[in-house]
Amino acid sequence: MDIELKNIHKWFGKVHANDGINLKLPGGTIQGILGENGAGKSTLMKILSGFIQADEGDILLDGKAVKITDPASSLRLGIGMLHQDPLDFPPMKVIDDFLIGQAGGLIPNRKQALQEIMALEQQFGFDIDPETYVDMLTVGERQQLEILRLLWLGAKALILDEPTTGISSSQRIKLFETLRKLAAQGMTVIFVSHKLEEVEGLCQRVAVFRRGQLVGEVKPPYVTSELVKLMFGKAVTLESRVYARSGEAALTLSGLSIEDVRLKISNVSLAAQYGEVIGLAGMEGSGQRQFLRTLGGLMRPVDGKILLGDRDLTGKPYHFFLDLGISYVPAARLEEGLISGLTLTEHFILADQSKGFMIDKNKAQQITKDRISSFTIKGTPASQIEELSGGNQQRALLALCRDPVKLLLLEHPTRGLDIESAIWIWGKLKERCKLSTTIFFISSDLEELLQYSDRILVFFGGKVSQPIESVETSVEQLGQLIGGKGF
Amino acid sequence: MLKSNSRWVGLSFRLGAILLALLFTAIVILVSNANPIAVFSNIINGAFGSVDNIANVFVAWVPLLVVTSGLLVTFAAGLWNIGIEGQITLGAIFTTFVLRSLQNSSVSPTIILILGILAGIVGGALWASLAGALKIYGGVSEIFGGLGLNFVATAITLWLIFGPWKRPGIGSMSGTQPFPDTLFMPVIGELRLSIWTIIIGVAGIILVYVLLNGTYFGLRLKAVGKNMRSAFLLGIPTNRYMMLSFLICGAFAGIAGALQVEAVYHRLTPSISSGYGFLGLLVAMLVNYQAIWVAPVALFFAILNIGSIQLPIVLQLDSSLGGVLQEALVLIVIMMEGVRRRLVKKE
Repeated sequence: MDIELKNIHKWFGKVHANDGINLKLPGGTIQGILGENGAGKSTLMKILSGFIQADEGDILLDGKAVKITDPASSLRLGIGMLHQDPLDFPPMKVIDDFLIGQAGGLIPNRKQALQEIMALEQQFGFDIDPETYVDMLTVGERQQLEILRLLWLGAKALILDEPTTGISSSQRIKLFETLRKLAAQGMTVIFVSHKLEEVEGLCQRVAVFRRGQLVGEVKPPYVTSELVKLMFGKAVTLESRVYARSGEAALTLSGLSIEDVRLKISNVSLAAQYGEVIGLAGMEGSGQRQFLRTLGGLMRPVDGKILLGDRDLTGKPYHFFLDLGISYVPAARLEEGLISGLTLTEHFILADQSKGFMIDKNKAQQITKDRISSFTIKGTPASQIEELSGGNQQRALLALCRDPVKLLLLEHPTRGLDIESAIWIWGKLKERCKLSTTIFFISSDLEELLQYSDRILVFFGGKVSQPIESVETSVEQLGQLIGGKGF
Repeated sequence: MLKSNSRWVGLSFRLGAILLALLFTAIVILVSNANPIAVFSNIINGAFGSVDNIANVFVAWVPLLVVTSGLLVTFAAGLWNIGIEGQITLGAIFTTFVLRSLQNSSVSPTIILILGILAGIVGGALWASLAGALKIYGGVSEIFGGLGLNFVATAITLWLIFGPWKRPGIGSMSGTQPFPDTLFMPVIGELRLSIWTIIIGVAGIILVYVLLNGTYFGLRLKAVGKNMRSAFLLGIPTNRYMMLSFLICGAFAGIAGALQVEAVYHRLTPSISSGYGFLGLLVAMLVNYQAIWVAPVALFFAILNIGSIQLPIVLQLDSSLGGVLQEALVLIVIMMEGVRRRLVKKE
């Protein structure tokens, strides 16, 4: 099936997530969609699969304009989407999972469905027992199940959103084999990814997205450095950097290993210095968040040691970390940093370590006024926190950190902020560094990483690079590492 | 500007809700072939017709006030303490135990009564701590845990009344053997009302008001209730605070149970909580968890409860009509709140 997207626009509030996208996807090919997080590729795929509607623009299937209003209508037109996290029903049987999505009919025909499923499985060499329960399957098998299900429901175009995030390498080889087979049968395969290697190896065409726009279409042979340049834009000349590192080890990690259901980070050793800023690079879900949470005492490492100065923190509870002057500043501000419904003053009272019983309202007012002016928060002491803009919420969050703070852990400290606020926030952070605070921060903005870090760690699928001196690296090199090349 | 505006909007929605609730109840009354005006005037008469009636309104007001005060603390922590009924019952059982054990001793009655209330506090808090432990360590929703514990509390009461604490001769649904009148809380004149219960009730709601509006403890509790993850990251030991809120609420419930035994029934009865726990949940929701409004709204509910007692005698209607009005009021107020939010959002 040929798919054509014409002048697609989508706004989320002020954010222009898709800015006039024109793209032709011919049948029988594997089309790669490449771009950073937030580049607009998922938005476009959601529009195509009916999860959201475009504000402007047309979708043409085999030359005919169609209206896609919801996922069911998209599937009726033959477009099936495979989501990053499998959308299935773990407590149900595989066969029931199939029958749920079937349109019409009062009594499902299990026998016929069973035969058809088995036939499809044979065709692609899958081996899933239709009578088993979905939660018994691995993520890779659930993906196969989802592909089968979409084919069975008549999909002629298949969208795969970051499909290799949670599967093993042998399952990935199998998946790619299947996709090639499908394309050979005339299916349109759309492969959304940020992993350069996979896109280069699999796709017959690649469309690159950056900041909501389609910035280039590339055909093989691919030149990695060109793809990286398209993805991240050209390197901007940077202002003078500030360094405050002291040479003396503040935080020492030895043989640190972290595990959760998704990935495994093993054997990280590092000595971060007083006043040093360490940037954590990598696509979302590559392990940098788990790493940062472990440093903050929110996750326990399975092996290795964390030392602050010469105090062993390994296995201690979060509040112990906090009392030693380790602050964790989450990215989801209103979900896990601030408390909707409470005022700025109330937040500062909460963060204040007062031992008394009754609240000293005068003192609280004073602290709040001081913080509002020193962090230039646009708001009043009685403002409810959710009424503030994102930038001001971020300022408030930083103003809540205890003083003195020895180790500051930040998830995306400037995400969603305008440049002015971002520069201001980094000014504040660098002030802290001069007072010997050590900072670790996660960012998906390569320029931010290069500009403000002393050293950078790159994460890829749970693997951690050696610390890279930021003065000795470049957007290109980081881009390649983030895409998994050069580990 | 917007703030004061929305406050007026909120108030008018609330008044509208009360009118709607009265209308709804009037329809229910009409459907049951009676005259709404007669019913409403009867309720008013039943509550205010005599000094006895007015005193009885306050007899009903005190436990409702005490229970709602406690519930504000659990609501502040974002918890639905449905187990409040069982906590009242356990308070009453502990109080009864102390009074039974000491009634023939030489200890002064005042001391016995005070010890009885303290025992009630322990009983209520103990039962609440079970719901809290189930929630915090067992991952059982406090709603289901509390509901289960309510049934257990009722079962224990019945077992005591028909078993170890049964009246001489044969157990009876009317409860255990009444205590000697030296162990009655002192009342005002010939009325059933004891001034001490009112003092305790008023002191309780003031205490809760100060706790929730002026202390670090109260603010942290609210933080836990509004966003547990953020509260935890800010350094608040969330589990400890949840448990403390259960203990405080249980203590208040225990006091209510103790007062029911010492000042109202003078014995343990099978339904000693008289549904005040659930009624307290309704009051708390109706006042939008603001301590300042609890006393008047609880009084209004007590008026409806007492006022509808004589409906069966005078109009041959069931006394549950008062309940219909109470529950309709809560449902409609909550519904109007939802409607208001929807309208405000659209602007």
